[in-house]
Amino acid sequence: MAEPGISFSQRVKTALWDSFLAGLIAFALFSLVLGLRTEDNVTGLTLQPRPMLLATAVGIVFFGRLLLNLFVWQAEHPLTASFAKLFTREPFDRRDVTVLGGTAAFAVLGIIVAMLLGAPAYALIATAVLVFVGLGLLRRAIVYAFPDLPYARIFVVAGILFALFFPLTTYALESAFHLGMPLRYWFDLSILVLTYVMLGWGLNIVVGLAGLLDLGYVAFYAVGAYTFALLATHFGLGFWICLPIAGLAAAAWGIILGFPVLRLRGDYLAIVTLAFGEIIRIVLLNWTEVTNGPNGISGIPKPTFFGLPFAPFADGTTFAQFFGLKYDALHGIIFLYYVILALALLTNLVTLRMRRLPIGRAWEAMREDEIACRSLGINTTITKLTAFATGAMFGGLAGGFFATRQGFISPESFTFIESAIILAIVVLGGMGSQLGVAIAAVVLVGGFEALRHTDGLQTFFGEGFDPALYRMLLFGIAMVGIMVWRPRGLISSRAPTIALGDARPISADLVNEGRA
Amino acid sequence: MISWHEDPVLKVEHLTMRFGGLVAIDDVSFDVGRHDITALIGPNGAGKTTVFNCITGFYKPTEGTMELRQPEGPAFRLERLDDHQINASARVARTFQNIRLFAGMTVLENLMVAQHNGLSRASALTVGAILGLGNFARAEKAAVELARHWLERVGLVSRADEPAGDLPYGDQRRLEIARAMCTRPLLLCLDEPAAGLNARESDGLNELLYSIREQEKIAIFLIEHDMSVVMAISDHIIVLDYGKKIADGTPKAIRDDASVIAAYLGVPDEELPDAVSEVRL
Repeated sequence: MAEPGISFSQRVKTALWDSFLAGLIAFALFSLVLGLRTEDNVTGLTLQPRPMLLATAVGIVFFGRLLLNLFVWQAEHPLTASFAKLFTREPFDRRDVTVLGGTAAFAVLGIIVAMLLGAPAYALIATAVLVFVGLGLLRRAIVYAFPDLPYARIFVVAGILFALFFPLTTYALESAFHLGMPLRYWFDLSILVLTYVMLGWGLNIVVGLAGLLDLGYVAFYAVGAYTFALLATHFGLGFWICLPIAGLAAAAWGIILGFPVLRLRGDYLAIVTLAFGEIIRIVLLNWTEVTNGPNGISGIPKPTFFGLPFAPFADGTTFAQFFGLKYDALHGIIFLYYVILALALLTNLVTLRMRRLPIGRAWEAMREDEIACRSLGINTTITKLTAFATGAMFGGLAGGFFATRQGFISPESFTFIESAIILAIVVLGGMGSQLGVAIAAVVLVGGFEALRHTDGLQTFFGEGFDPALYRMLLFGIAMVGIMVWRPRGLISSRAPTIALGDARPISADLVNEGRA
Repeated sequence: MISWHEDPVLKVEHLTMRFGGLVAIDDVSFDVGRHDITALIGPNGAGKTTVFNCITGFYKPTEGTMELRQPEGPAFRLERLDDHQINASARVARTFQNIRLFAGMTVLENLMVAQHNGLSRASALTVGAILGLGNFARAEKAAVELARHWLERVGLVSRADEPAGDLPYGDQRRLEIARAMCTRPLLLCLDEPAAGLNARESDGLNELLYSIREQEKIAIFLIEHDMSVVMAISDHIIVLDYGKKIADGTPKAIRDDASVIAAYLGVPDEELPDAVSEVRL
């Protein structure tokens, strides 16, 4: 907001000066990174200047900052305020109408011009802007018409219903009409997303509720997967026996990890859990007699439908024969989808229930203040161990599922980056919030996948541009953005576990992030 | 014969705490009467909070014994218990000098956490309660009733569903006392309960402490700087200076003890008359 009493020319002057400085910094930063390129010639390495690219980058910074200065930061009525109003219940004034209307008109114009010129990428951007404004207006209209609906609950129920019926509906539609939907791909992706939702919910117990920063969560995922794989391949045990054993084995390792870290807090705890994750991976890599080292374990059997295998032929009756269906490879995948959905929902239900039990309250109290907990007679040793064990158990269950779905596991699948992604899901979602974690998992994992299908971007960045290669960069930008604008995650408020009257959400400012 | 020696709830003998070369408490012995309000006073750095931390298990004393006597049945040797057992088994509850509430949890949740151990037993290792077995629902209802009782006592029922961190300072102090009381203690240790309270809140606190002593029949042991509070409500005062006990007696006896005043206030002799009149508020 501008301070009143400063003339327009004065404001332009400061904006220009500020933008100039930003441009200068951008130039300094980009001059070597973007401005020069090394090329391997017959004469050896030579430097190839790229002035246009450098000028574009610096120009974007300069003009972007200038526009932001003039119209947002130093403007008397920031343009962004109108867009922010789309997500509140404040009434629009004339200026907001002008800004939003202008934006929409400009976007429509952009689509038309881009279509005429044959530049689909620009049309895509204009459409995105239009959709953004449209969705905002739609949201306002709905909220205005029905102000008292429990929107969060509707969203959750709709999400669960969608997850329940999505594979069956699409499969039925595809079988009936042969629409050519890439079902195999969709189901595989959904299974992947749900696995991360489950892992996020599992880690949420440790990090979000108990406030114990765990950087080695993937270790429990690995323990579960290897337990499952070894039991299934060596002893021929079935899916439903191996899965709980995998969960219990991971829980046991959770307790084993828990003991040495009981006295550690904050950074020290994070380092030890990080080391634990690496130890497990390196043991898996080198203990060749048992784990088959880097070659991994293959031939892990797929789950059966209560004894009926999903296969074209088998010794006994197959699933398709039993139900009189034509064999379809998708049957097994749909079954896997429902297994992971059930496991994820189980994780969620158990967590929600535990939050309302003494143990869950003790976890949260421990996150808030460990010393006060002990003064109230709570055994924090047991409380920490149960948090580690419970979180690890769900990680192990997810690991067991991962093993049977892939049919092949190797230490490659359990690197630190997996831990980092799961932790990022929990942190971005909002520590302790089940819904936030689910949304973050869908956005992050689904978003990574969506990068493979953004063909329009090549028009900006040249033919050889592969957005999937930039996923870590985008991942980092997303993290920084969320941490700047929503430092406590997407859903940061905490729901009370018990109330005398109405339970109102507690603002994140009061809730401890957990340094214990 | 002085009453607190007849039926002490807490008997501290030869308590010594050394941090490296520093002797924070030096051979301190005292009794805390079962139905008394006992105050521990002394200048800054006299070792009052260290005594508290030894009693409540946050420090392990270097030497000495602390015996907590149940009304009937066993006596607990506090120096041998873990800090959480001191509350859970020996039934000693405490509050903190810098309030330690669970700020992000509601007032009611704070009081529910305080009843963790009883509820935990009722939840049958959690698994039972997840499956809906056992009498957890009944136990939880009883816990909520106890919490409501204490909220009524401290006048916070109307704010039960607000986050504890949102309460004003005086309410937080009273909530911390209510939370400690929800653990059903025999000995309630209060570390400077009146610090930061205005005169009206301070009077309310005195009434609360009286009512706790009268109705719950428990011992209250407090550290306090505010002499008006100490002199008004204590039955028994123990004075520490440089880690040593220098006096122990009724408020009247302490008030008239000139050496206590000099040592306690640590003032030069020429200022002593002023200081004495200040103490005799």
